[in-house]
Amino acid sequence: MSFFLRRAAFYLFTAWAAITINFFLPRMLKGDPITAYLARNQGKVSPEAIDSLRILFGLDNPKPIWQQYIEYWGSLLHGDLGVSLSKGLAPVTAVIADALPWTLGLVGVSTIISFVIGTGIGTFIGWRRGSRAEAIVPIATFLSTVPYFWLGLIVISVFSTTLRWFPASHAYSKGTVPNFSFEFIGDVIYHSALPAFTIVLTSLGGWVLGMRNMMVTVLDEDYVTVAQAKGLSPFRVMYGYAARNAVLPQLSSFALSLGFIVGGTLIMEMIFSYPGLGLRLFEATLAKDYPLMQGMFLVITLSVLVANILADVVYAIMDPRSRQEAAS
Amino acid sequence: MSVTATGVTDAVPVSVSGRSFREGFSMFRNAKSITGLSILAVFTLLAIFGPLIAPYDPDAIDLLHRNEAPTWGHLLGTTHMGQDILSQIIIGTRGVMIVGFLSGIFATIIAVLVGVTAGYVAGAKSEALSALTNVFLVVPGLPLIIIVASQFEDPSVVLIAAVLAITGWAWGARVLRAQTMSLRNRDFIQAARVNGEPLYRIIAVEMLPNLLAVIASSFVGTVTAAILAQTTLAFVGVTPISNWNWGTILFWAQSNNAFPDKWWWYLPAGLCIALVGVALALVNFGIDEYVNPRLRSAGMRARALRKRGFKPSDSATAVADTRN
Repeated sequence: MSFFLRRAAFYLFTAWAAITINFFLPRMLKGDPITAYLARNQGKVSPEAIDSLRILFGLDNPKPIWQQYIEYWGSLLHGDLGVSLSKGLAPVTAVIADALPWTLGLVGVSTIISFVIGTGIGTFIGWRRGSRAEAIVPIATFLSTVPYFWLGLIVISVFSTTLRWFPASHAYSKGTVPNFSFEFIGDVIYHSALPAFTIVLTSLGGWVLGMRNMMVTVLDEDYVTVAQAKGLSPFRVMYGYAARNAVLPQLSSFALSLGFIVGGTLIMEMIFSYPGLGLRLFEATLAKDYPLMQGMFLVITLSVLVANILADVVYAIMDPRSRQEAAS
Repeated sequence: MSVTATGVTDAVPVSVSGRSFREGFSMFRNAKSITGLSILAVFTLLAIFGPLIAPYDPDAIDLLHRNEAPTWGHLLGTTHMGQDILSQIIIGTRGVMIVGFLSGIFATIIAVLVGVTAGYVAGAKSEALSALTNVFLVVPGLPLIIIVASQFEDPSVVLIAAVLAITGWAWGARVLRAQTMSLRNRDFIQAARVNGEPLYRIIAVEMLPNLLAVIASSFVGTVTAAILAQTTLAFVGVTPISNWNWGTILFWAQSNNAFPDKWWWYLPAGLCIALVGVALALVNFGIDEYVNPRLRSAGMRARALRKRGFKPSDSATAVADTRN
């Protein structure tokens, strides 16, 4: 069996397992969603509506679990994730489609900024090893071990409550309607300043450290010494010889971190009331809105899976050695 | 040439009555690891003797001293109910340390069992274990923890540690599998196999000592992640707010509008979490330098070169400056 077929089988299995976990997750939790829904809307739901809700969620005649499982796969393949109980019975796919762009935009851009700046700093201090620039390492380490929610609250209280430079919450000003005018886009960027800043601040350390350590390791290789002995410019040796090889593990962790963009920032969205996927997932959990929770969880899991595949592909493209090892 | 002064203390090997240390602890015998372990030791002592040290009962309400900035009576000030914040932090240390280390131990045991087995056996079994690891890598941790933890009215410390371990072992297992696979075909392992050593002996005596650094590093990583996740859970209010830990303090601080003015309420707790995190990171740096000696020697050699008057990043200058 060829390498790629084996990888494909491997990922298919992972996807199947993740989707199956997702199927069992709400069934392992106690309490059914209808009871929780009724408790929240006491007296507002007529008995007929309760009956139709029960039929809608398949609670009227308990089917055997394997039949539920097959039906779950059936509706999944039709792109039907059910309806959300806490969002006025809106389709789960619509709620997700509403929230996803905000998370992707904000966290995606911040992750890219953090990766570029962090790898750049790491290249530099790895090259100037032993110099005073290495003072960045302990600072970056400290920032990456600080609890995110704490840093977020402090940033809010300094830059929003005290200095009033940036808004502390939401993705755009109240009363505006999302559109593609310059004014609205500016408003969105203005609102995303603080959350983006905190994400970059806490994630920078990992990139700096990873790149610095790889640079230091690579700079000891013979081909770097040869390049210097040939009299190539330091700039050329630094980028063309050292950084090019040192960046490989960075790229594969970058591909992996793309997967966490979708779900990894639940806390950020809670603190900044940012209308993304993480906040919705948290609300759904509190409201026992199982269909929505399940849908969110599925989207997050699958995106991490896709990022894993991406990391594999990136590595195979960038590093010919990994392809050779796989072929042999 | 004497390499002294310049305030260079990191990376220089420290001699602590080293000979009594067992070989397996040599990865902790450097300045960074020792600093980290010392900080952790202080917090561990606080966790053990906290109730004896704490000046007040963390729950004791004192309506005469509410919202007070630090004074000699209350070194870190008081809450909106007049509770002593220093006592809350000292008492809270125990919860943080127990959950962090318990879940680190649980996760490391799973990671070693799954990772080493997956690395040692070959073929379909190895692929199956690797796929299992990947499933747990793919499932998002924090959302899953919140969903599971919110199902229990009063989750115990052990339960929280177990949930954190189940979501946190996979990365260590993946690294261990890769490392074991590269060890499997080395000469000394094959020699042991040819000699007819039993499997448990090959794994326990021949392999584990070579995996210790990886295991230690994954343990430290899991503890860091567990402490951050646990304080986050307490802050969000998913775990019971009656058990004191540093996240609980921040939960109360935030729900009583302590940000930004009542700095004594929220700064110390957050800094304590960060300090434990930095200590664990230092231990990990020490292990990294032990595994990859280039990380340790690079800074020292570069500084030595600079002392003699040329920059390590310049090419071609080495010949010109040898007269120094």
